[in-house]
Amino acid sequence: MKDLVTLVAEHPFFEDLAPAHLALVVGCAQMAVYKKNDYLFKYGDDAAYFFLLRYGRVALELTGPGADSFRFQTVGAGEVLGWSWLFPPHQSQFDARVIEDARVIRFDGKCLRAKCDSDPVLGYDLMKRFAQVMVRRFADTRLQLIDVYGKQGR
Amino acid sequence: MASKAADVIGTQPLLPQPWVVSEVTRETDDVVTLTMDPGSGAAPMVFRPGQFNMLYAFGVGEVPISISGDPAHEAQLIHTLRAVGFVTRALCALQPGDLIGVRGPYGSHWPIEQHAGRDIVLVAGGIGLAPLRPAIYHILSHRDRYGEVALLYGARKPDELLFPDEFDAWRKAGIQVEITVDNADACWEGRVGVVTTLIRHGRFERTAASAFMCGPEVMMRFAAQELENQGVTPDKVFVSMERNMKCAIGLCGHCQLGPEFICTDGAVFALPRVQRLMTIREL
Ligand SMILES: Cc1cc2nc3c(=O)[nH]c(=O)nc-3n(C[C@H](O)[C@H](O)[C@H](O)COP(=O)(O)OP(=O)(O)OC[C@H]3O[C@@H](n4cnc5c(N)ncnc54)[C@H](O)[C@@H]3O)c2cc1C
Ligand code: FES
Repeated sequence: MKDLVTLVAEHPFFEDLAPAHLALVVGCAQMAVYKKNDYLFKYGDDAAYFFLLRYGRVALELTGPGADSFRFQTVGAGEVLGWSWLFPPHQSQFDARVIEDARVIRFDGKCLRAKCDSDPVLGYDLMKRFAQVMVRRFADTRLQLIDVYGKQGR
Repeated sequence: MASKAADVIGTQPLLPQPWVVSEVTRETDDVVTLTMDPGSGAAPMVFRPGQFNMLYAFGVGEVPISISGDPAHEAQLIHTLRAVGFVTRALCALQPGDLIGVRGPYGSHWPIEQHAGRDIVLVAGGIGLAPLRPAIYHILSHRDRYGEVALLYGARKPDELLFPDEFDAWRKAGIQVEITVDNADACWEGRVGVVTTLIRHGRFERTAASAFMCGPEVMMRFAAQELENQGVTPDKVFVSMERNMKCAIGLCGHCQLGPEFICTDGAVFALPRVQRLMTIREL
């Protein structure tokens, strides 16, 4: 079985991470398994963690009182989930529900923030990685918003 | 690749042949598949994946619609149409036994045979799966000629997916079928997100892959960008373009996009030929 260091190093999100930084981030990581319908987090929770998915699929949902939940994105193997841990007020913005049994690497946000504060090079590297994910998600969201398969998308 | 105006002029090119609707399949709320047999005087049609016909709803009008059936089955003609306006609404309302006017096949085709030996990525959005389905049937009949084959298909909602009953058979035949929808409720257990996200995760050899795309132009632009980011060069990417048509044989200029006539130079183009044109608002 692969150890945590190898699993983190092999995950696409941490591709080419410097060995010294790898050791630092692994110090805040642990493996976790979630079953179908478990929540990784819910709207308004303290955003204590972020997750690298190794297997399975997680749905991001918004729900209102008495309403069905609206599923606006899914995240699967090889992807990263959660950036609210990086920014105040460190609160989750939606629900993250497992829809296919998931194996993840879970990172403690507080632990990582402390390491980023004391090692700005690591902080900058992490910030760049998350910024890239965010830019992609925003671009994807734009495509969803213009309803590309409807008449507007022609 | 393209059919020339000169080939069809002189054979009453604008005269539709009568075909008889034999089956109507409701695919989604606004999409219907028509299966047709040749009517009296009409001959079975030989076509290549990606070509289109002009379909005439008698007394209403004529529109270009891609063929969505199996090119190996000439005796029947299959088209899948979305009701968006006068003509397509009239065509979608046809019943078994009704007559329909057909002329074609027209236009270029997916150059799938020239890409034998390579991995194949089919990127479809919404109704765009219909024009790609003949290419899928071709691949299924010649599966050993291709490497990895991935169908990456995006739709607006789960109940707007076309041909879901065929996905299992395609998977069993060795096609990786990846589906995503733009939004869904909690009953949907598949992916939610835009089709470009599938390109990032598709199992194909980036430098040995050829891609065939059909869907809204905005989607194709972003998908082409993502394919290039992943290492698929634009000269290995083919797109199917849509413009309103009248003659479909290169005479009227109705379908012109810059220097290209979509009806005879396309509708299937190698991406470098139309990539810049796809971004010019005035065209
Ligand atoms: C080569 C080619 C192949 C095509 N293949 C198919 C196919 O396989 N299946 C299919 O359903 N359609 C296909 N189309 C599109 C189809 O030709 C048009 O939807 C049709 O011409 C619309 O005619 P209409 O009279 O029904 O609508 P119109 O009265 O012309 O238009 C009514 C409204 O619908 C909008 N509209 C028109 N066309 C579209 C469209 N394509 N998508 C979204 N909104 C539209 C118009 O902007 C307008 O607002 C193809 C087009 C081309 C050029
Ligand atoms: S439709 Fe007449 S030239 Fe293309």
